[in-house]
Amino acid sequence: MHELGIVLHVMKTLEDLAPEHNITSIGSVTLEIGEVSGIMYEQFTDCWNYFRKRHPLLEKSELKIEILPAVTFCEDCRKTYETVRYGRTCPYCGSGETYLVTGNECSIKEIEAE
Amino acid sequence: MPVTIELHKTITASNDADARALREELSRKGILLVNLMSSPGSGKTTLLSRTIRDLPEISIAVLEADIDSDVDAGRIERLGARALQLHTDGMCHVDAGMTARGLEVLGEEGSDIVFLENVGNLICPAEFDTGAHKNVMLLSVPEGDDKPLKYPLMFRKSDALLITKTDALPFFTFDTEAAVRRARRLNPDIRIFCVSAKTGEGMADWEEWLLSCMN
Repeated sequence: MHELGIVLHVMKTLEDLAPEHNITSIGSVTLEIGEVSGIMYEQFTDCWNYFRKRHPLLEKSELKIEILPAVTFCEDCRKTYETVRYGRTCPYCGSGETYLVTGNECSIKEIEAE
Repeated sequence: MPVTIELHKTITASNDADARALREELSRKGILLVNLMSSPGSGKTTLLSRTIRDLPEISIAVLEADIDSDVDAGRIERLGARALQLHTDGMCHVDAGMTARGLEVLGEEGSDIVFLENVGNLICPAEFDTGAHKNVMLLSVPEGDDKPLKYPLMFRKSDALLITKTDALPFFTFDTEAAVRRARRLNPDIRIFCVSAKTGEGMADWEEWLLSCMN
C-alpha cells in the first residue's frame, strides 16, 4: 500500500500550499510520474478518489497523471536507450555500467484552482 | 475561469519538510536517530539486542515498526531498554510524521540513540525520509549477494550496510566480495560492516562507527 502513503502526502502538501495561493477549492491536480517510479496509477487514482471526500479543498478535484518515459544512459558507449524495453544492460554495447536518467520522477506538476 | 498554478513540488514535499524539522529538533536535544531497514528476517532485532548488550553505557531506545504484533518490542524490553511498538496498519513504510508521533509517546528525552526499526521491506522504506540522521541497512547472508542488483534504491540511500549472519557463510553460496562490489557501485561512500550478532564477529567495528555518529 505504497500508493496510500503517497496520496496522503500529496494531499497534505496541497493543503499546506493552498493558503499561500488563496485557494479554497481545487478542480484538478496534475502529477508527473516516471514510468519506472513504481507507482501503480490505478491504485493511486482509487486512493485519491476515496480520500478527496475528506478534504473540502480537494473534494471536487480530478486527478490527472502524466507519465514520463524512462531513459537509461550507458557510461561505456555514451548512448541512451528505453529502460522498460532493455533494462539495465545497454542494447548497443552490452555494458552493465548504466544509470537511469529519467523515469523515477514523482512530482506535483500543477493544479487548477476553481 | 479556472486558474492553473504550476507547482513542480516533489510528491513527498510535506514529508521532506517534516523530516527536516524532526532531524533538527533531535540534533538540538543531542539524540541520534538511526533508521534501520532490511528484508523481514534479516536480523534487525537480533542486531539491536546485541548492540544494546554491548553498549551498556549508552542509553538506547527503540521504535519497532511492524504491520502487526508486538513481538519485537517485547524482545527489546526484556533487555531493559525502552521500546515502543508502532503499528503501520498495512502501510509498507514509516514516514516522518509517524516517527515523530512514536518518539513523543516513547519519550525520547534522555536517550543517546534511538533506533527506528522500519517495516521489513527493501523497497518502500527507502523512498520516505523518516527524519533519521543515519540510514542503515542490513543484508543477511541467506538472502543472497544479488540484492544490490534487485533493490538499488535502498543501497543508494543508506549510509551503512551491515552484512549480517556471517556465521552462516559456510552454508550458503554468498559471495561477500560480489555483494560489496555491487553495493559500492551504487553508493561509493557506503560504510560496510560484516557482522554476526550471534558470535559477535565484526560487532565492535559497527559499534565504533555508531558511536562516532553521536558527535
